Amino acid sequence: MFDSVLIANRGEIACRVIKTARRLGLRTVAVYSDADAKARHVAMADAAHRIGPPAARESYLRSDVIIAAAKAAGAKAIHPGYGFLSENAEFAEACAKAAITFIGPPPAAIRAMGLKGAAKALMEKAKVPVVPGYHGDDQGLATLQKEAARIGYPVLIKAVAGGGGKGMRRVDSEAEFERALTGAKREAASAFGDDKVLIEKYLVKPRHIEIQVFADSHGNAVHLFERDCSIQRRHQKVIEEAPAPGMPEAMRKAMGEAAVAAAKAIGYVGAGTVEFIADVSDGLRQDRFYFMEMNTRLQVEHPVTEMITGQDLVEWQIRVAAGEKLPLQQDEIRIDGHAVEVRLYAENPARNFLPSTGTLVRFRAPPEGPHLRLDTGVREGDEVTPYYDPMIAKLIVHDRDRRAALRRMRQALHETEIVGPANNVAFLAQVVGHAAFVDGDLDTGFIDRHKADLIPKAAEVAPDTLALAAVALLLQRADQAATARRASGDPHSPWGLADGWRMNGAYEERLELMAGETLHTIGVLPEGAGWRLNIRGASLFAAGTLDDGTLVAMLDGQQRRVGVVRQGDRIIVLERGHGTALGLHDPLDVGEVEEGVGGAITAPLPGKVIQVLVAAGEKVEKGKPLLVLEAMKMEHTIAAAGAGTVDTVHVAAGDQVAEGAALIALKEAEA
Amino acid sequence: MSVLTSTLDSRSAAFRANSEAMGALVADLRAKVAKAALGGDQRSRDRHVGRGKLLPRDRVNMLLDPGTPFLELSQLAAHGVYDDDIPGAGVITGIGRVQGRECVIVCNDATVKGGTYYPLTVKKHLRAQEIAVENRLPCIYLVDSGGANLPNQDEVFPDRTHFGRIFYNQANMSAAGIPQVAVVMGSCTAGGAYVPAMCDEAVIVRRQGTIFLGGPPLVRAATGEIVSAEDLGGADVHSRTSGVTDHYAMNDRHALGLARRIVANLNTRKQVGLDLAEPRAPLYDPAEIHGVVPQDTRTPYDVREVIARVVDGSEFDEWKKLYATTLITGFARIHGYPVGILANNGILFSESALKGAHFIELCCQRGIPLVFLQNITGFMVGRKYESGGIAKDGAKLVTAVACAKVPKLTVIIGGSFGAGNYGMCGRAYSPRFLWMWPNARISVMGGEQAASVLATVRREGMEARGETWPAEAEAAFKAPIREQYEHQGHPYYASARIWDDGIIDPADTRRVLGLSLSAALNAPVEKTTFGVFRM
Repeated sequence: MFDSVLIANRGEIACRVIKTARRLGLRTVAVYSDADAKARHVAMADAAHRIGPPAARESYLRSDVIIAAAKAAGAKAIHPGYGFLSENAEFAEACAKAAITFIGPPPAAIRAMGLKGAAKALMEKAKVPVVPGYHGDDQGLATLQKEAARIGYPVLIKAVAGGGGKGMRRVDSEAEFERALTGAKREAASAFGDDKVLIEKYLVKPRHIEIQVFADSHGNAVHLFERDCSIQRRHQKVIEEAPAPGMPEAMRKAMGEAAVAAAKAIGYVGAGTVEFIADVSDGLRQDRFYFMEMNTRLQVEHPVTEMITGQDLVEWQIRVAAGEKLPLQQDEIRIDGHAVEVRLYAENPARNFLPSTGTLVRFRAPPEGPHLRLDTGVREGDEVTPYYDPMIAKLIVHDRDRRAALRRMRQALHETEIVGPANNVAFLAQVVGHAAFVDGDLDTGFIDRHKADLIPKAAEVAPDTLALAAVALLLQRADQAATARRASGDPHSPWGLADGWRMNGAYEERLELMAGETLHTIGVLPEGAGWRLNIRGASLFAAGTLDDGTLVAMLDGQQRRVGVVRQGDRIIVLERGHGTALGLHDPLDVGEVEEGVGGAITAPLPGKVIQVLVAAGEKVEKGKPLLVLEAMKMEHTIAAAGAGTVDTVHVAAGDQVAEGAALIALKEAEA
Repeated sequence: MSVLTSTLDSRSAAFRANSEAMGALVADLRAKVAKAALGGDQRSRDRHVGRGKLLPRDRVNMLLDPGTPFLELSQLAAHGVYDDDIPGAGVITGIGRVQGRECVIVCNDATVKGGTYYPLTVKKHLRAQEIAVENRLPCIYLVDSGGANLPNQDEVFPDRTHFGRIFYNQANMSAAGIPQVAVVMGSCTAGGAYVPAMCDEAVIVRRQGTIFLGGPPLVRAATGEIVSAEDLGGADVHSRTSGVTDHYAMNDRHALGLARRIVANLNTRKQVGLDLAEPRAPLYDPAEIHGVVPQDTRTPYDVREVIARVVDGSEFDEWKKLYATTLITGFARIHGYPVGILANNGILFSESALKGAHFIELCCQRGIPLVFLQNITGFMVGRKYESGGIAKDGAKLVTAVACAKVPKLTVIIGGSFGAGNYGMCGRAYSPRFLWMWPNARISVMGGEQAASVLATVRREGMEARGETWPAEAEAAFKAPIREQYEHQGHPYYASARIWDDGIIDPADTRRVLGLSLSAALNAPVEKTTFGVFRM
């Protein structure tokens, strides 16, 4: 086996590959763009090479630079991860030419699956069921329209070279066809430089089920069962699980065999995924699954397969690439329990999953263990940049069955704290807890259908949340007071104690917190080791400790553990995966100060009026020039000191005025 | 250090009875303070708030650093003194932190007689300024006052410690580098106009604050000119034209924010030159002091039980423990600050006075603040003691107390009678702060003694004239005297007249002393030169 490997990728997958490579005793070499110079994968690797500016096109997609880096680093193999160059046949060839092992399938297999129409034709030949459709070269409107009618509406128009939902259109009737086709072609041309499309039967209730396959260079091929990736938004997966809920054994067998057949049909070597679509209008049926495409790489969601089979797929990839035989025969591979993966994205579910960027001011997840795995490429304090995929991490759980795994996932999401970019933690927790999801009633339309239940609505902040925020603020204040005390010339002064002591009485302080536009007032009265808080007419006793951003609070004897992040004059309380941001309102901050117009405007020095810019009765804003005065060979513009109405203009252009002479009288706007 | 061991049984009947009695006194105190803290009546307060003004107490609280303590002074000033009810003498004074800096705050309460100055209002204001002078604390005046209370002008205006002294103090504090800041939140009429005018920096609230030497009615009477208060001396006039004020505030909150900004720019840093230590709570709960103090002031108890509940770690290094045991002296720490404590454990003898004088010399030599826990019926009397020179020994103690320049803090925890008051640093000896417990009594002598002395004088006179004085008549003679002494010796009577800085819950003694000490240490500890000790 080679002794070193360069990982031509970034983020969580680079970290994940480094982990296995290191376990296998390989030297690991990372590459990075300028945006990733301090990234986790760079820190983890034994060596790291810069490959260019942030844009992927100029760094992670530069095969020449990456191969040069591999040579310079003496790396004998390259693992491409997923995305970027992982399905680039030219890159695989370039590796071979440079005598570097490409950890992936042979270039021919990549090419065979690269063009979707051709791939389908190939599959049909190999007796792999495909979705009824048209994959021909004749792209004329008449032909395409005729084919669509033959397949039967609704149909889907897809870009042949496409992916990620681009150049894709659903068409429900013949009348809409031409317009949809034009749109799809235009998108395909701009996204992929190729406007060729294919037409497929549109499945009304489809489930995305894929089979993990593995083949070695000795002619062996196995599958490692299915993954269900039906929970998608914007045609991208967010939750994956294995095995697929409700999968009949016979169908699993049929799909597995079909997938292995597909791999064998193209002389596949390495890890691959055969994606199927299952029409579940009548439940999962052995005769209703169709080949979609084959991904000739490791998938993002491979961990769920690893969790249920107990195998390390990256290890398999490396062994196969090194020419070894597959570690296991088909009958040695078994399903153990159930695994679920969620993708934590920097995106805003409430704004149609719009990607978000920014510093991960806070990023905490429950600790890894036999039941929980966290694959991530970032740490607290790292930046989610606009240059790459906004995925923050993958959280994977495993348990003996689906219900137990989902329970675990819900808990894990509740313990996950992300502050900085907008994120989907609370959304994922909603999905995982949704009754339909728990019942296994899945299909790719799940999120759209249940949107109302899944997207957290802006609700009035709960009193408990206000109480938790108040306790955190009070503890922080006491801590700051202690720090300030230590730094002062009177380090132990009782004046620095932040307990609001009053002589022979008590003082109820009012904390003001802004939730959006709503001002919440919290009465705070020190009591014993804590505070009596008055929130919306109800009183409760609160106390707590704040350590490293985790608040353990007692609210009327009930213990609560939440995350707390302070960002300037904002405090974010993280409860069960959901963050509530509250603004600290300074009671002495009156906002915009309007110092008024002060009535009569007088000449600041003797001079000549050059120009009068306003007339009586005119309304003026603050700063509006009213009059120009020439004095001491300079022009002086006299402006309104505040908003108001011109009452009287005492002078006209050309007038000589003495210092202090009344020029204009303003009536102040009523505040 | 040596640790005091309490022999107190908190389950004993005596403890419970003492606690109950002191608890009742404290509850009554808190109720009276709470009532006074409201200021004027509901109608005045509603009217005040209706004008968009903050209530004076809210002004003070919002001026302070959030969550920090406020050491209020003379809460019961004027209590029961005037025919009218003048809660707190119509002004809130105290020490609080603004931008991390201890400041004296003087805040007029316009809900009480328009914030006008009664004689005791003047006294309370001057006392706050005196504290500012002695301890070098910046002053912030939240002004909202109609000036001198005209019906009482004879007791407010002319004398040395009357209204004019306020401005005298401002000028001299400013001269001494003690910042003077005014926030004009209401009227500043006549003499009152000098409060902002004499300040280093002044803020005024628009359409609310006014400053003028003569108000519109006076102007009209004097010159016939008709002018509104706003046009005569409003924020616009003074911020744009006259320059009497430096900052223009939109409202009370803005004004308080500006005042805080002014303090932030004072460029001062407190440096405490003492040997400080990490504070530690006493081993015994300060709240147990309630059970320590006997209900009858004549019942003796060991004052070390009090000290054990006041000082850090209950550690007290007693000095001359075996000598003159009626005066306890020793070193301890309160909130980390070193202090020398003098506490009465009985009547003062010559030796006690000598011990006290010697101890004060030690503390002054070392720059250690002094704490007096005063519970004293007086110096021993009688031929033996007079001939032993107790007068000159007492004088030594009084000389030492009078001359000591280290911060002196006095708490009257029981009786404060006669020359004992002097020797234990009573008000006349200028302790930086003087606090009183609610069980305390203060008078030239005890009511019983006074009644007896007067009765004896009277009886001797009658007997000289050959008359007789029946026992019932003597009892009838003595009763009102006892009553008068009881009434005038009561802490409420004392505090109302500002003979002290306030009555405190004994359980708060440690906290109040800590705050007082810390405030006092804003001024450098001066070297002491003692007067002649008559030997």
